[in-house]
Amino acid sequence: MTRKQRRLTLIASAGTVLVVAAGLILFALNDQIVFFQSPTDIAAKSVPEGTRIRLGGLVEDGTVVKGDHGEVRFSVTDTEASVPVIYIGLLPDLFREGQGVVAEGMMEPDGVFHADKVLAKHDENYMPKEVAEALKDKGVWQGEKKAN
Amino acid sequence: MMAMTVEFGHYALVLALVLSLVQSFVPVYGALKGDARLMAVAGPVSGMLFLLVGLSFAALTSAYLASDFSVQNVYENSHSLKPLLYKITGVWGNHEGSMLLWVLILVFFAALVAAFGRSMPEALRAAALGVQGWVTSAFLLFILITSNPFLRLQPAPAEGQDLNPILQDVGLAIHPPLLYLGYVGFSITFSFAVAALILGRIDAAWARWVRPWALLAWMFLTLGIAMGSYWAYYELGWGGWWFWDPVENASFMPWLAGTALLHSALVMEKRNALKIWTILLAILTFSLSLLGTFLVRSGVLTSVHAFATDPARGVFILAILCVFIGGSLTLYAWRAPMLKQGGLFAPVSREGALVLNNLLLTAACAAVFVGTLYPLALEAIADDKISVGPPFFNLTFGPLMIPLLIAVPFGPYLAWKRGDLLAVAQRLWIAFGIAILAVLVTAWLSGAERILAAPAVGLAVWVIAGSVSEILSRARFRDVGIATGMRRLAGLPRSAWGTALGHMGLGITALGIVVTSAFQAEAIRSVQPDDNFELSGYELIFKGVAPRRGANFTEEVAHFDVYAGGAKVSELEPTKRLYTARRMPTTESAIATFGFSQLYVSIGEVREDGGVDLRAYYKPLVTLIWLGTLVMAAGGAVSLSDRRLRVGAPKRARQQAAPAE
Repeated sequence: MTRKQRRLTLIASAGTVLVVAAGLILFALNDQIVFFQSPTDIAAKSVPEGTRIRLGGLVEDGTVVKGDHGEVRFSVTDTEASVPVIYIGLLPDLFREGQGVVAEGMMEPDGVFHADKVLAKHDENYMPKEVAEALKDKGVWQGEKKAN
Repeated sequence: MMAMTVEFGHYALVLALVLSLVQSFVPVYGALKGDARLMAVAGPVSGMLFLLVGLSFAALTSAYLASDFSVQNVYENSHSLKPLLYKITGVWGNHEGSMLLWVLILVFFAALVAAFGRSMPEALRAAALGVQGWVTSAFLLFILITSNPFLRLQPAPAEGQDLNPILQDVGLAIHPPLLYLGYVGFSITFSFAVAALILGRIDAAWARWVRPWALLAWMFLTLGIAMGSYWAYYELGWGGWWFWDPVENASFMPWLAGTALLHSALVMEKRNALKIWTILLAILTFSLSLLGTFLVRSGVLTSVHAFATDPARGVFILAILCVFIGGSLTLYAWRAPMLKQGGLFAPVSREGALVLNNLLLTAACAAVFVGTLYPLALEAIADDKISVGPPFFNLTFGPLMIPLLIAVPFGPYLAWKRGDLLAVAQRLWIAFGIAILAVLVTAWLSGAERILAAPAVGLAVWVIAGSVSEILSRARFRDVGIATGMRRLAGLPRSAWGTALGHMGLGITALGIVVTSAFQAEAIRSVQPDDNFELSGYELIFKGVAPRRGANFTEEVAHFDVYAGGAKVSELEPTKRLYTARRMPTTESAIATFGFSQLYVSIGEVREDGGVDLRAYYKPLVTLIWLGTLVMAAGGAVSLSDRRLRVGAPKRARQQAAPAE
């Protein structure tokens, strides 16, 4: 093998790996990312069923109903619209009525959001960032209170 | 006396800044001018810096131990009732303290180089310590201007706010120091790379001096990441051990780049090739460490907008990031073309295999990089909020690991310069047979629905078997008999053992990941006292809930008896805790280990009728994930103890020809 051929082999294999990696990344970015939506977005744009989204807002007061085998129903609201959610599993420690929450899952034909992941803030001063910003847009959110 | 300690710590930090400026300029100037007296300044100054920052850190620690709530940092993160261990670890459980730890490790590595780097040319050492001084100055300035842990409160509050309960755990005691030793440790390879570019002398010897430092940092980073993963696994109560969370990715990217660096430095050392690439990797690895620090410490992850409205810290670190990454890459672009081409090699050769390793690792690192930064960029530019979760990384990172794992066993068998793939394949047939056997057994056990599990298990077993077969073949048992073979094994160079252990550890971790992902079982239940249920052959009986008191929390303890085959094998006590100071609840999972597998139970809120909701997992071979990383790190340690690599080794002393090499 000449010096030139060696160099070409090296460049070709490097090129292949890079092209494959870039292809994978672009494909995954197209397909595997999850957009954040508020209940108003869902009401207005009618997100297609079967698309994974993150639904964020406040857990509406008085809507949390716990069933058997870890089944939980609640509604997520941004004070303008409200979306019913069903989730099976353990809720995060700081899941509370009236507090910020992000649920990940899909809208189903029954008009209920089926969540397979529920995130709440993980300490007293923290709210999921999308929720805080969405609520700020609505003028509801009072800003991060510093516990003092 | 006590009252002054905090001010003393503050003062020591200011002095350290002044000294780090001396370290930044004097030795570098000396190295450029060839002035031995100026270069000699680097050593003692590095020692002094370590002492001063150490004293400053000790001062902050003593404020925590004394629960001195007149110090704002102590007030915000400690409580007089907090157990002693968490008073100490609380020092780095917050932004300011963790930055101080960051700098402490930075100057620690400089002091180590000053103390043990005698074997390398005076100019390189002086210049490298100078560059380390630049990084130190920048971060000391950052601490003193934006993140001073020594600020006082007037009047002093009577009681502190306690540390975030999630952080009150032994895991936190060990995880950040290990992690920082790792990714701040890569600062030293960065400094060596920049110093070499400044001095314009880059050769095989450079790689020999620098590789032990990269290895040391890599070991700590490996352990730190593994520790963090195990901590998240048992503390967060979700049973997951890796979340592809930006904070995790921040430490994983330098690990990927650092692993590539270890391998390419090998080529540079042995064959004087890949010099330009190795220098670039040394710069990139620490750049990724800096990027990680920026992501974690600037608040940009919590909210891009919060970062924009309260920019002091974020912009400062961003500026440090730009200056160091931009500066070093500019220097690189200017100097690197002066390097001469090194040794030639055929595509199929040890060098070729290491190049492939580098290609795949850097491509994987790039995938993680895009997945971590894309949401931030999109939010900053288009104000779209997206989340890039595990599916993205599984689809990009996963496929890149497959060819890597296939190739790993071939690497150590291939000869330098020109290898014979066919001959290597013949020597690997036993490992290949074992891997095929693993595929068949897994396929038979798992049935048709988890068809992908079989080849994945086979791949992991292939890597393990390949590394065992490589080390055994070096002993040549078949030719020389068992006794001589054992002697040969013992006499093998430590670096050969290091390679074998490193690769074996990778295989073990891969096996744990594959098996636990494919075969874990999960149950979500609501139970009343004396209810029982079955999970993967284990019977769990719920005995009820009882309250318990801890030092700074109260908890409700659910008790489970675990039976297997009619006999009681374990008891599990998952709890729901309430930390009194912050009124914050946490979930403490309970884990029982059987062999390499684990039964994992965490509970939801306790209901008024005494029942609980629970989530239970059976995770087969899950502990292999972390055991594998221990084996990897052990490989690093064994390699590091090789006399040819030893940090202080004066020369490449020709030992009496080591057998089988």
